[in-house]
Amino acid sequence: MSSVGYMGHNILHEFLMPGNSSQPLLQVTGLKKFFPVRSGVFSRVSAWVKAVDDITLHVNHGETLGLVGESGCGKTTVGRSILRLMEPTAGKIQFEGEDVLALKPRELRAARRRMQIIFQDPYSSLNPRMTIGSIVSEPLKIHKIAKDQELQDRVNQLFVKVGLRPEHQSRYPHEFSGGQRQRVGIARALALNPKFIVCDEAVSALDVSIQAQILNLLRDLQQEFHLSYLFITHDLNVVQYLADRIAVMYLGKLSEVAPAEDLFTTPKHPYTQALLSANPIPDPTAVSKRTILSGDVPSPLNPPNGCRFHPRCPEVMDVCKTADPPLITIGPLDRGHQVWCHLYS
Amino acid sequence: MIDESQGTLANQMSQLSLDSEGLPPPETPWQEFLRIYRKDYQALLGFWVLMILLVTAAAGKVLTEWWVVFDPEVVRLTEKFLPPFASPSPDSVDADRPFGGVYVLGTDELGRDVFARMFQGSFVSLSIGFVAVGISLGIGIVLGGLAGFYGHVKLGFLTVDTLIMRFTDAMMCFPRFFLILTAVALLPPSIYTIMMIIGLFGWMGTARFVRAEFFSIREQDYVVAAKALGIPEGRIIFRHMVPNALAPVFVSATIGVASAILTESGLSFLGFGVPPPYATWGNILSDGKGFIFDAPWLFFIPGLAIFFVVLAFNLVGEGLREALNPKLRRR
Repeated sequence: MSSVGYMGHNILHEFLMPGNSSQPLLQVTGLKKFFPVRSGVFSRVSAWVKAVDDITLHVNHGETLGLVGESGCGKTTVGRSILRLMEPTAGKIQFEGEDVLALKPRELRAARRRMQIIFQDPYSSLNPRMTIGSIVSEPLKIHKIAKDQELQDRVNQLFVKVGLRPEHQSRYPHEFSGGQRQRVGIARALALNPKFIVCDEAVSALDVSIQAQILNLLRDLQQEFHLSYLFITHDLNVVQYLADRIAVMYLGKLSEVAPAEDLFTTPKHPYTQALLSANPIPDPTAVSKRTILSGDVPSPLNPPNGCRFHPRCPEVMDVCKTADPPLITIGPLDRGHQVWCHLYS
Repeated sequence: MIDESQGTLANQMSQLSLDSEGLPPPETPWQEFLRIYRKDYQALLGFWVLMILLVTAAAGKVLTEWWVVFDPEVVRLTEKFLPPFASPSPDSVDADRPFGGVYVLGTDELGRDVFARMFQGSFVSLSIGFVAVGISLGIGIVLGGLAGFYGHVKLGFLTVDTLIMRFTDAMMCFPRFFLILTAVALLPPSIYTIMMIIGLFGWMGTARFVRAEFFSIREQDYVVAAKALGIPEGRIIFRHMVPNALAPVFVSATIGVASAILTESGLSFLGFGVPPPYATWGNILSDGKGFIFDAPWLFFIPGLAIFFVVLAFNLVGEGLREALNPKLRRR
C-alpha cells in the first residue's frame, strides 16, 4: 500500500467486485480453546480439555464453509469462539481485517452487528417470555437502527423474508412449531444485517422436510444479502447441499479442508473417507465400500500423541504415533485442498 | 416509494409458504397459565380460601382497630368460657355486648370475644407471612442473582460465588427455629421485630434456588443469542433472565408464606411471639392450651384456622408449580 496508484486500484477492485477482494472475510489463525478441569479442595487446575487445538481456517466473502465432525470434536467451540461468545485461549481472529480478539467491550458490541449466530435447538434459543415480534425487534432498538414506524416496517419485512406472517408478531414462541421457531431465529440473526452468520447445527433438530425448507431459505438469503456462512453440522448431506468448501474436524484439530466437490469425490484423509463411507447412499442397489472404524473417539482430556486419529486409522503407520501430521496441499495451491496426514508426505 | 414497498410486501405475503398457517388461536403465557391453573380443583379451592382470608384480614384490621365493631380487648369476667353461639347475659352493659348479640366463637378465660380476637389475629398472621417472605425473597433474589451471574468474579482469592454461598451455607447450619427464638429473646418484642427476624433467617433457600436458576438460564441459547446480538448485560439480566428465573421462586415463596405463619404461631405458642395486646392465632392457641378439656374451642378454633390457611397456601403453591412448569405445557 505504498503508492496511491495501488490503493486506487484496490478500491476500484473492491467496487467492481464487492466481497471478492483477495482478503478473506474471516481469517482464523491458530485458534485454541482449552477448558480447565479443576479438582481437589482448592480447585486446582489438574488438566486441560483441549476442545480446539490450533485451528486455522478462513471464510471468503459470500461463501459457505461447512465444518463437519462428530459430536464433541469442538465444532461448536470454534463457532462460538469466533463470535467471542467464549474467550479463546490463544489464536488470532480477523474479521474484515479487524482483530476481533483485541476489541474492547464497546467495540465488540458494535462488531456484533456484522456477525451473528443461528442455534441448533429452536426450543431453547427463543426467550419463552417475549413475543416473537419483540425478539426480532430488540436488536434493532438496542443498536438504535430504527424506531417507531420504521422499526415496525423493518420487522414486518424480516418476517416476510423468512416466511412468517407479520400478523403473528404478538405471539409467543411456544405457539409455533420447530421450523417456524427456527425461522424466527433466522429473522433475529438477520435483523442487524450481518455479513457473516455461524449456523450452529441450524437444521439438525428439524424434520427432514422442514430441514429442506430451512436450507433453501438460508441459501436464498445468502444470495439476496451476500452472506457468508460457517455451517457447523454433523450431517454430510446438508453440507453437500449448501457448502462451497468443507473443513473436517477430529478431536479439536482439522484433518482435511477442501472444496465441497473435491471432498466428496476424492477424499484424502482416512477419517474423511470413513465419514463419507458411513453416509447412506439413497439407492438400494448401490454397493458401498464401508470403512468401519473401531473404537471410540478418545477423550480430549488425554488426546493421543502424534496424529490424533492414529488409534482408529485403518492406514496407521509408525510415524503417525509420534509425529504431528504435516499440512499437505493436494493439487494446485489455489484449489485449496489441504490435508493433515502422514500418508501424503 | 412507500406505496411501492408496501405493494411488494403485500405481494410477497400472499406467496408465503404454508408453514405459518393453521396456528391455534393466540394465547399469552398468562392466559395459558390461567387455563392450566383452572383445571386444578385443589389449587382453585386453595386460591378462593386465600382470597377469603385476604378479605377477612383486611376487614379484621379495619373493624377491630380503626372502626371498632368487634372489640377484641373488652374483658368481661362474668362471661368467661362461653361456648360458641352463646348469647351474653341479659344484665351486661350495652357497650360490652358483642356485635350481633352473640359470641359466634365463644369467649376465653377473660371473657374476651374469640371471634373478635381471631379477626384481629388474621391480619397479624397474614401480614407477618407476607412481610417476612417479602424480606427473605428480596435478600435471596439479590444474593442468589449475584452469585449466579457474577459468581466467577474474583474478590481477592475468593470468588463472589464462594463468598455468598459459603455464607448461605453457614446460615443454613443453624437450626432456623432456635436461631429465631434466640434473636427474639434478645430483641425488644414487637410485631415488626418478628417480621424482620423471620424474614432475615429465611432467605437461604431462595438464594440457592435463584442461583441455580441463573446458572441454568445463563447457558440457555436465548441468553447466548442476546449476548451475540450485543444486548447490554443489565438488559440481559432483567429482560431475559429474571423473568424466566422467577416463576419457580414465586412458587416456593407461596409455600414460604405458609411456613412463616407457622413459625409465628410457634413463637407465639412458646410465648416469644407478638406481645399482647395484639391477638395472633398463635397466642390465642397458646392461651387456650391450658383449657383444652374445659373449653376446647379456645384451642381448636385457632388450630384449625392455621391448619386451613397453611394447607391453602401449599395447595396454591403446588398449583402454581404445575401451571408454570414448561414441561407440562399444552395439556
